[in-house]
Amino acid sequence: MSHRLGTGGRLINRTRPLDFTFNGKTMRGYAGDTLASGLLGAGQVLVGRSFKYHRPRGIVASGAEEPNALVGLGEGQRFEPNQRVTTTELFSGLKAVSQNHWPSLEFDVGAINAKLWRFLPAGFYYKTFISPRPLWKHVYEPIIRKSAGLGKAPDAETRDIDRYEQLYAFCDVLIAGGGVAGIRAALDAAQAGKRVVLTEQTASFGGRAVVDGDDIDGQSADAWVDSQLAALKGMENVTVLPRTMVAGVHDHGYALAYERVADHQPGADKPRHRLWRIRAGQIVAATGAIERPLSFAGNDMPGVMLAAAIRDYAVNFGVAVGKTVAIVTNNDDAYRTALILNDLGVNIAAVIDARVEATGDLPAKARAAGIRVIEDAAVRYVEGGKSVTGVQLCRFNSDGGAVFETLACDALGMSGGWSPVVHLWSHCGGKLNWDEAGAFFRPDPNRPPLGHDGKGFVSCVGAANGELGNEDEAPMLPVWLMPAQASYELRAKAWLDPQNDVKVSDVQLAAREGYASVEHTKRYTTLGMATDQGKLSNINGLAILSDALGQPIPQTGTTTFRPPYTPISLGAITGEARGEIFQPLRKTPMHDWHEAKGAHWEPVGHWRRPYCYPKAGESHAEAVSREINQTRNAVGLLDATTLGKILVKGPDAGRFMDMLYTNMMSTLKVGKCRYGLMCNENGFLSDDGVVARLSEDSWLCHTTSGGADRIHAWMEDWLQCEWWDWKVHVVNLTEQFAQIAVVGPKARQVLEKLGGDIDLSADSFPFMDWKEGQLGGTAARIFRISFSGELSYEVAVPASQGLAFWEKLLAAGEEFGISAYGTEALHVMRAEKGFIMIGDETDGTVIPQDLGLNWAISKKKDDFLGKRGMEREAMVSPDRWKLVGLETLDGSVLADGALAPLPGKNANGQSETQGRVTSTYHSPTLGKGIAMGLVHNGPARMGEVIEFQAASGGTVSARIVDPCFYDKAGEKQNV
Amino acid sequence: MSDAVSALKGARASGMVDLADAGPTGMITLRGDHGLLGDSLSSVLGLSAPERRRVVTGEAGEVLWMSPDELLVVLPYDTAPDVAAALETALGDAFATVAVVSDARSVMHLSGAQTRDVLAKLMPVDFAGFELGELRRSRVAQVAAAVWRRSENDWALICFRSVGGYVFEALATVGKPGGEVGLYR
Amino acid sequence: MLLLTCPCCGVTAEETEFSNGGEAHLKRFGPGSTDAEYEAYMFARKNPRGVHFERWRHAYGCGKWFLMARDTMTLEVYGTYKAQTTEPPADIVDKIKARRPEWEGYK
Repeated sequence: MSHRLGTGGRLINRTRPLDFTFNGKTMRGYAGDTLASGLLGAGQVLVGRSFKYHRPRGIVASGAEEPNALVGLGEGQRFEPNQRVTTTELFSGLKAVSQNHWPSLEFDVGAINAKLWRFLPAGFYYKTFISPRPLWKHVYEPIIRKSAGLGKAPDAETRDIDRYEQLYAFCDVLIAGGGVAGIRAALDAAQAGKRVVLTEQTASFGGRAVVDGDDIDGQSADAWVDSQLAALKGMENVTVLPRTMVAGVHDHGYALAYERVADHQPGADKPRHRLWRIRAGQIVAATGAIERPLSFAGNDMPGVMLAAAIRDYAVNFGVAVGKTVAIVTNNDDAYRTALILNDLGVNIAAVIDARVEATGDLPAKARAAGIRVIEDAAVRYVEGGKSVTGVQLCRFNSDGGAVFETLACDALGMSGGWSPVVHLWSHCGGKLNWDEAGAFFRPDPNRPPLGHDGKGFVSCVGAANGELGNEDEAPMLPVWLMPAQASYELRAKAWLDPQNDVKVSDVQLAAREGYASVEHTKRYTTLGMATDQGKLSNINGLAILSDALGQPIPQTGTTTFRPPYTPISLGAITGEARGEIFQPLRKTPMHDWHEAKGAHWEPVGHWRRPYCYPKAGESHAEAVSREINQTRNAVGLLDATTLGKILVKGPDAGRFMDMLYTNMMSTLKVGKCRYGLMCNENGFLSDDGVVARLSEDSWLCHTTSGGADRIHAWMEDWLQCEWWDWKVHVVNLTEQFAQIAVVGPKARQVLEKLGGDIDLSADSFPFMDWKEGQLGGTAARIFRISFSGELSYEVAVPASQGLAFWEKLLAAGEEFGISAYGTEALHVMRAEKGFIMIGDETDGTVIPQDLGLNWAISKKKDDFLGKRGMEREAMVSPDRWKLVGLETLDGSVLADGALAPLPGKNANGQSETQGRVTSTYHSPTLGKGIAMGLVHNGPARMGEVIEFQAASGGTVSARIVDPCFYDKAGEKQNV
Repeated sequence: MSDAVSALKGARASGMVDLADAGPTGMITLRGDHGLLGDSLSSVLGLSAPERRRVVTGEAGEVLWMSPDELLVVLPYDTAPDVAAALETALGDAFATVAVVSDARSVMHLSGAQTRDVLAKLMPVDFAGFELGELRRSRVAQVAAAVWRRSENDWALICFRSVGGYVFEALATVGKPGGEVGLYR
Repeated sequence: MLLLTCPCCGVTAEETEFSNGGEAHLKRFGPGSTDAEYEAYMFARKNPRGVHFERWRHAYGCGKWFLMARDTMTLEVYGTYKAQTTEPPADIVDKIKARRPEWEGYK
């Protein structure tokens, strides 16, 4: 059983015990422990159940590569599933629960799956649930979803109460990995005057050297690391970041680094995680190497661990993983574990070496220390259940039929050699070479990922570059299966990917079934697709696949390395963007007034516009009707601030305006307004609005609320990229002005009551004129335009006075029954008048002619944007759908977007249609449903009754009518 | 303009830095050749056109380099209309555009030794070597903004008026105590 | 994420400050043009594995459009230059030819 040793543990502080709980049971660890070392120190070897077979699982590794030991951490608003115990720093009061079992970790009903393994082979889900199709959605998927998955999702009602942030940083050299190679690289770069960021994913620096007790430059590794780190921290051009994992390397030197600022201090008033968005000139991957497991039967049993992890626990945390430990290896490095444990007084059952002879210095030292070494041997089978009780040995080069000895032990270390961590090299396309001697992929320095300058921007140093520092050791023996000719029974118990329960036999089955590509095999078997992304399993898996395909490993290649290296939190990805600042919310100067009046909001781009202002007990529909009636009968106020307002000015401004708009704008008189259309080069309607000519050389263009930024950019595009010799400036004045529409028969009286120096009389200020002056003591520009058919003025005032002016209007209008109205009333009133709305009547395929707007298309101009597009055959076809009004025979409201079906099918086998509804409302003015729609050859079919789909099924009859339903003669607006 | 109110209505926040609404601020957009604009600025305000991505500061106000053919004059709110008219007159028939945009933007001041660290949490900008009088247009979180350095530890920021509240909240959020990073020392 | 240098304000900044505007050096064909010319202007777009000339706007910065020569396979940037340029500048063309001798030219 694992236990805490009486001495040792370079990272722990035995004077600071920390209590934590695992599945409710209180355990004790020390400051400096990880949750993994705390659990092992407290004798907890069994930590979870596997994904598919629910087999008992223990801790395998000591770092980010851990596949098994995932737990639910914290509770309530801080609960988080699938947290790796090996990378979780212990703190007082930590609460962890194991996952993927029911009813308990020790007794799990789901473990029945392990007895059914013959029936759950690779591709089981694909093969079994493929048909009948409808069952997938309603039967199979819900069941599979319930039984699959690892940790449970946090309670839907809780919200993460921690804060997260991001940080943009820049450096010449970013170094990922704080081992000796990383520290050396940082020192070299820093001393050369470069800006350096050095990251280390764990809380402590030094990597393997400090565990293995190497000497560096004549000092102990610990002393060397401490002194060099102190030197780095003292340099102004160096940023040293512990607990920071470089998650991904992206194009042009961009890297994401994930800093776990306060995971070890829950409740601290700090951001929990910080995502560093680093732009680096060079990225140095000093990410070390990961030890490979060996594939033998029962290698997934709790107590079977990586050999180097076992010495990590002993040296760093003073924890022995067992009382009697056996080690199985194909290389010399694993002997270090035996030696270190032996020194600490842990009994070593034997070192089992697959090589015919173990002749290196380390085996010699082991023998000298009295450790038994068994050569040419393999683990045939691990005995035990929830923990190891012994290992059966056979000859390595056999099928495992003959057991020559059974060793009693309660833990087994395994080492299959080391693989450089090449993820960061590969994320952006760095290529790999196969190293025969080490049996691993290493970076090919001639094929690095390329940066913006066409030069390589990632390099690997130290073990990540394949420099394992084992030149003095005896050669390792590549071992992909143990014993070499293991029988099917053994292969079906030999795990490659313990998290996803993928075994040697599964990969071999995939190969037999025709999966030749490693990418396909990965997806079919799910090898390496678990949360550890196959850090331990990939090389072993593709070696097995290569063997099954009868081809060398480099020909099989690797799967694609994708960021993040280890999972990062959604909080870090989100950063500050949550709650009120999830998205920018654009507010008009009157926003708070609307809110105080209980406005129901409608999102328009990032703006919020009042949809209506319901009074107590009033439905939205009732509020809209009231607002329309009040406006049509008295006077209403609309916040129109969101409309785009773009100044176009210069000697060539008229010429430019004539290109932008379909109509002639250069002839507009100063002081006058004109409604205009803008099309894209396809001829499709893009935006509309009223243009006012401000002076000889300047025009003010109103755009739709959603179109302001787009149209401003569109204008700049043409001026900068096509007509750059034209003397025109455009200035986006959208936000400079608050704009308020004062609408209704009493609108003039309201403005007159405000007083000022502008003559508002009908004669001197007719429809489609604009004037500026003082209105109620505020500098104002008034446009006499109407989108409702009523007498209407749109008043622009400086935004900083918008609210004050709005309130002045309300006060002045009180005696006339003034009230604010929202966007829905605006929409209904414009539809009653048959005015189109960009986005309702247009959808990016509609030309102005479709909407009966031929009057707004100049025939005198040689050119304007969209003119050529409109001349195309399809645009002048008599078969186009065109705008008409629609009136249901029963007065009901047509469904929005409803199609008018016809019998028969078109060339694509779809039902024939002859039109669709584009705008549809209940008109309180007319007391019935009104609609506009695009209908095949519609204007020639006035009076005809056609059928539209009803929302509830069936059809509704509607008569084709003129789109203007209200005051066709315009008597109400021209007063 | 006694009834002029800024979008932020005098908001303030303190944390890693002091963040404050600058209140109603006069602003004039100038479009045209910078040499031409510089001449008019010189005659009207005694200021010159700044070098690329720089700010010129004088008693009358500040002139910000916005683009190769755009400057922004920042000055007391009440003076903007008259100064704009004078600039218009000084420019005469030249191809140039003058527009008062005092109400189109929010102006904020940030001060404190950690200002660059706070800005770096929201702006994809390298602030190392960022000089006094330097200006950078970029984005703050999800919206466009510009910052310039007025002294060692005093910075100004402008964004569009409608998103002033968003920018202020975003800065206040990432500037909360406990978020110290020590990136710029 | 790309790193771009705006030739108008001189800033080198990350891609999020910019917006892409598609292929550069297109010739506009308006009224009077043939269907083939109009089609070439509106719809026929190069999609090379290799050297590509494209339009970018420094949307969050100075607001100016500029042009860029970029390799779509390696993402190498050969250079950026002002939008008011009718064909790629000679120094950029030389640089591309040096890096990619097999390149057939921009037209």
